[in-house]
Formats: sequence, structure tokens, C-alpha cells
Amino acid sequence: MTNGVTNIVVELLPHFEGYVYPNEATPQPLWGVLIVLYPYITGLVAGAFIMASLVRVFYVKALEPVYRLSLLTAFAFLLCAPLPLLFHLGHPERCFEIMMTPHLTSPMAIFGFIYAWYLMAVLLLELWFDYRHDLVSWSNVTPGFKGMLYRLFTVGVTDVSAPAVRLDYRTGHILSIVGIPSAFLLHGYVGFIFGSVKANPWWGNVLMPIIFIMSAMVSGIALCVFNYMVLSWIRRKTVDMKCLDVMGMFLFYALVVDAAIEALDWVHRVYSAEEGFRVMQYMAQEKLFYTLNLGQVTLGTLVPLLLLGSLQLIRKRVPDLGRRRMYFASAMLILTGVLAMRWNVVIGGQLFSKSLRGVMSYKLEFAGVEGWFMSGVLLLLPFVILTVLIKLFLSEKLPGTSVAEGQAVGSEQTSFRSGPLVR
Amino acid sequence: MSCPPVSRRSVLGRLGAVVAAVIAAPIAKAAKATVQKVFVSSGAPKGYDPRQHKWVMAIDANKCIGCGLCAEACKKENHVPEGPYFRTWVERYIITKPKPGSGMARGETLVDCPGGGIHGYPEAPVPKEEIEDSFFVPKLCNLCHHSPCTQVCPVGATFDAPDGAVLIDPKYCIGCGFCIQACPYGCRFFNPLTRTAEKCTLCYHRITSSHHLKPACVEVCPTQARVFGDLLNAGPDEPIRKFYQNNRVMALKPHLGTEPRLFYAGIDKEVR
Repeated sequence: MTNGVTNIVVELLPHFEGYVYPNEATPQPLWGVLIVLYPYITGLVAGAFIMASLVRVFYVKALEPVYRLSLLTAFAFLLCAPLPLLFHLGHPERCFEIMMTPHLTSPMAIFGFIYAWYLMAVLLLELWFDYRHDLVSWSNVTPGFKGMLYRLFTVGVTDVSAPAVRLDYRTGHILSIVGIPSAFLLHGYVGFIFGSVKANPWWGNVLMPIIFIMSAMVSGIALCVFNYMVLSWIRRKTVDMKCLDVMGMFLFYALVVDAAIEALDWVHRVYSAEEGFRVMQYMAQEKLFYTLNLGQVTLGTLVPLLLLGSLQLIRKRVPDLGRRRMYFASAMLILTGVLAMRWNVVIGGQLFSKSLRGVMSYKLEFAGVEGWFMSGVLLLLPFVILTVLIKLFLSEKLPGTSVAEGQAVGSEQTSFRSGPLVR
Repeated sequence: MSCPPVSRRSVLGRLGAVVAAVIAAPIAKAAKATVQKVFVSSGAPKGYDPRQHKWVMAIDANKCIGCGLCAEACKKENHVPEGPYFRTWVERYIITKPKPGSGMARGETLVDCPGGGIHGYPEAPVPKEEIEDSFFVPKLCNLCHHSPCTQVCPVGATFDAPDGAVLIDPKYCIGCGFCIQACPYGCRFFNPLTRTAEKCTLCYHRITSSHHLKPACVEVCPTQARVFGDLLNAGPDEPIRKFYQNNRVMALKPHLGTEPRLFYAGIDKEVR
């Protein structure tokens, strides 16, 4: 009888090869698809914010058409960033303990603070200072509920005199400068959560935060390219090719650095060939073959590098339509590739035993809190929020604060306020 | 040059502030301790002073016969759920002879631990004459000096008790699983019933009781392969002291710097 029962238990257990610790032989990985999404979404936030900073801090004027779209993208995704983490917790109702009684030696404990700082002190404030002038004008001309919303968002500060607007601009500028290290902190810290796990040779790596920051920038810029092109297509507007070319250029250079650092990581792993190397080699060749070699390396990195790189050389000879298609394809490939990279890190790190003697196979569920369906919903949610935000804050029907008005302030940078930015 | 006038009011004010600070310091300290007590609890009975003990376990693998009674007793004693959830388990190592002409010192290392070793082990996967060496290794929390698991807990629900046990407060754990990822020895698991992390507590409810019970696994071990003791109160003749005197010991995965307090005698380099 005992034998019979044991056999059933063995059959129900997931398949694994070699020896895995008994506690590792669970049917589902401890950190599932939700934890794949968590660094993915956080990375998109950081990247989109850096993209906006290029305009605000580094005065890349060609990118003005996507400045506000990038900020709104960062905001929409930031609102959803903690959701996967929250749903994944065994006791979500105790989540506030992370902020109430943080354990300061834990890389995870600081997330609540960094998140709150980034949301409240950086992104929301920057959006408010950037939009305040417009909100005041819009609240005056928009009737009904929407007008009331705009009035509400002004928080009663309706002074649009030249000095007030200049102060808005200056504060926004400072917030942008503070925002860059904050964005790095937000995502570098996510990298550190994995990089600090010395028990796991796949994760425990000093380069992990830097890899995460670079891949975040790449994915964030790609997301902005994607959003800008899709929005222009929906609105039947012509894409500003100069803006797109500059985005493509930044995307290319970020991707070069990202690919170089990830390659360096692998070169180091292969050359030093430490204790866990054999199992990692097996992972790359067998367990993660498609997502790593095909998804992350070939489609997510090499093909976009080729496409974007060739455009850097022969941009003038490629017609607009061809360039648009190449940029769009690159952005899509990079977005998929970075998702594959997050998968390879999070799931890959749980596919082998910490005994380094065996590997596990999981069949991830479809339904359930940590299933594919939930993950799909959580990945779509930021786009839904972004749609609402675009309808509210990037609407074509809204009058733009005129350039002339901006110039009256006497600052050349006020030309950001040239109304709806998607042309 | 005239000094600024010192009023009685300002002097009294400053004096009051100093007195308030002196009074406030212990109050703040007590408040902090109370808050910690409210949030984190070891579950030890009243009257037990964790600072008076330093519990430790040691394993003499030479004595282990792989009966699995320890793993079974642990599951029963601590209500560990059925399935792949273990606070302790027993691994079987089989090291084969090298293939003739291979030039190798030893052959392959085969490890298994079906069901934690509770229901015994199947026939060895290689013929008897090909086996160079075979032995059993009981595994449990390594009681690290520098526990990576307690380091990473975002709320401090798991902690190093002053008496050497590494504990989790199930009423406080948020179930993020970070500690399970951080433990290099696979000693923690996610309890699907309580939805919190769980691990060996050295049977904290037994060792802290007034009856001075030993952990369940130690109690049932027929060969005394598991040695348990209190380093602060052990006399020279106690088994734990004898264990350190009589054996050359090894810790698992020393390169990670976790400095386990759980020592093994009679294990091989292949054990990790």
C-alpha cells in the first residue's frame, strides 16, 4: 500500500533529471511568470523615463514629439510595476510590512521606498510641473467632467504668469536630473535582487544590476518607438522621421552597450568556468535553447543590431517607409527579446538544482494567480492605462499652449509646450 | 562686550529637554523592543531565555544507515505537508569505480533521495561490484553564522535567534520566497497550506520546553548519527563536545562564506 501511494506521488511530481534537492522538486517554480513580468515592466518604466530625459536634460530637440508620450508611458507602466510582485506574495495583505517594518539588509525591503520615491517625488511631480500650464488652459476651455478633472489636477494652482511658468520649467528640469539616477536606482536595484543571490550561480553576479539597467534602457526606448508609431498610425498622422531616426540612433547605441555587457558576462562565465558552469552550459544548450539563443540573442539582439546598425550607415538611401518598417520591426524584436531575457534570468535561475547536479522541468499553468492568463492581463493593463492617459493628456482635440506663449517666457526650452506632441 | 541675557525660561527649557531626552531614551528602547515582540515572535514559552543557550547539531555520516526515521519523525512532529516539502531529509551517495583505462581516480557520483528518504531507497542503479563507496548524508538547516536567508528577508520575519536557531515567524512572513531562493542548501520551502516559508527550527518547541527535549530527528535516530547539544552548557563529556574532539569536520559549500555551524564528519567532497 505504502509503495503504491509513493508511486503515485512520484508520478505527480514534475520531471527532473539528475539530482535535485527534495524541496526543489515542486510542480511550479517558486517565482513564476509574474516575477518575469516584474523586472520587465519596471525596466520599461526606467527606459521610457530615460528617453524623456534625453529631451529635458540633454536637450535632444528632435525627440520633442515623444517627450510627453514617454513620460506618460513611464507613468502608466509604473502604476502596474508592483502588481505582479503583490499578486505573487503568499500573503499580499501583509505587503505593507515591507514599508512599515523594513529589514534593511534585504535588497527587496527598499523597493517600497524606491518605488514611492520614484512615483511620488519624481514622475508625478515632473508630470504635474510639465502639464500645469496646459491643465490651467484646458480647464478653462473644456466643459463637463473632463474639464473638472483638469481643474482637479491643477490642485488650485492656476497662476500662469511668466515667472510661474518659468519656475515650473526649472523645477521640471531639476526633477528630470534627479529622475535619471532614480530610474537607474529603480531598475539597478531590481537587478541587485537577483545579483545578490550568491546561492544561485545563474543570478549571483556583480554585473547583474548593470545588465538590468542597460536592458531596461533598450526596452524602454523600444517601447517608446512602438507607442509613437502605433499612436501615429491610429491617428492617421505622419511619423516625424527625424524624431524616429534619432530614437533609432539612441536605441542602437544603447543596444550596443547592452549587448557588449551581456557578452562580457558570458565571456567571463565561460572563461572562469566556476563550479556551476557545467550546469549553466547545459541550460544554455538544452533547457533555455530557444528563449536564450533564439529569442534573446538572435532575434532580440543580433537582428535589431543589424537592422539599426545598417540604418546608421545608409539611412539616407533607405526610403521613409522602409525605415519606418525597420524601426518598428527592431522595436518589436527588442521588446520580445528583453522579455525573453527576463524569462531566462528568472525562470532559468530556477530550472537547475542548487545541488548543481540536476535540472527541473515545469509546466506553467494557464489559469491561477501565477498563470499565463494573469500575466497577459498584467502586461496589457499598462497599455489600457496609457490609452486613458493619452485620451486625457495627449488628446488632439485639446488646444496646445502656443509656442508664442512659451517664447514669451523667454526660454528656448519652452518650445516643448507646442501642444499635442504627436504630429 | 555683553553676553546675551540668559533667562530662567530658556535654562528651564533646556534642562527640561535634557531630562526628556534621558527619559525618552529607555522608553524608545522599550518601545522598539515591544514593537519587535509584537511583530516577530519565536514562539518560545515564557521563562525561556534564549541568551543562556547556543544550540547546535552535528552529523556523523559514518553512523547514518539511511533508515529515514529522522525525516519521517520531522514531518510528523512539525506537521510538514505531504509532497516535496522537507525540513530534513537523507541523501544517498553512490560513487562508482572508475572505468578501466579512464585514468580517473573515481567514477561517477550518483545521488538520490526519493521522498526525502522516508520510504527507503530503490536498488542501486549500478551493479554492486561497480560501486566504490556509498554513504548517507542527513541534511537540514546549516545554522549559518552569516545566514543569507535571514539577510534577504524584506520584513525580518526570519531571524537568527540568540540561541543559535534560525526561525521564521509564520504570522509575519509575507511569503515572497526570497529566503528560499537565497538558501544555498535547499533547506527552505514554501508551505502551500500556510503560504509562508518554512524550515528546520531544531524543533524549537521541544528544545525550549521545560522538559528539555531533543529535536524529533535526534530523538528517533537509532545510531546517534545526529548529535545535538548546547554549546554554552555542554560539559566535556557531552556527545556534542565528544563529536568535535573525535572528528575532523567539514561544512557544506564553505566557499559561499555562509559559515555553517552544522558540521559533518565522514562525508565526501562530492557532498554539497
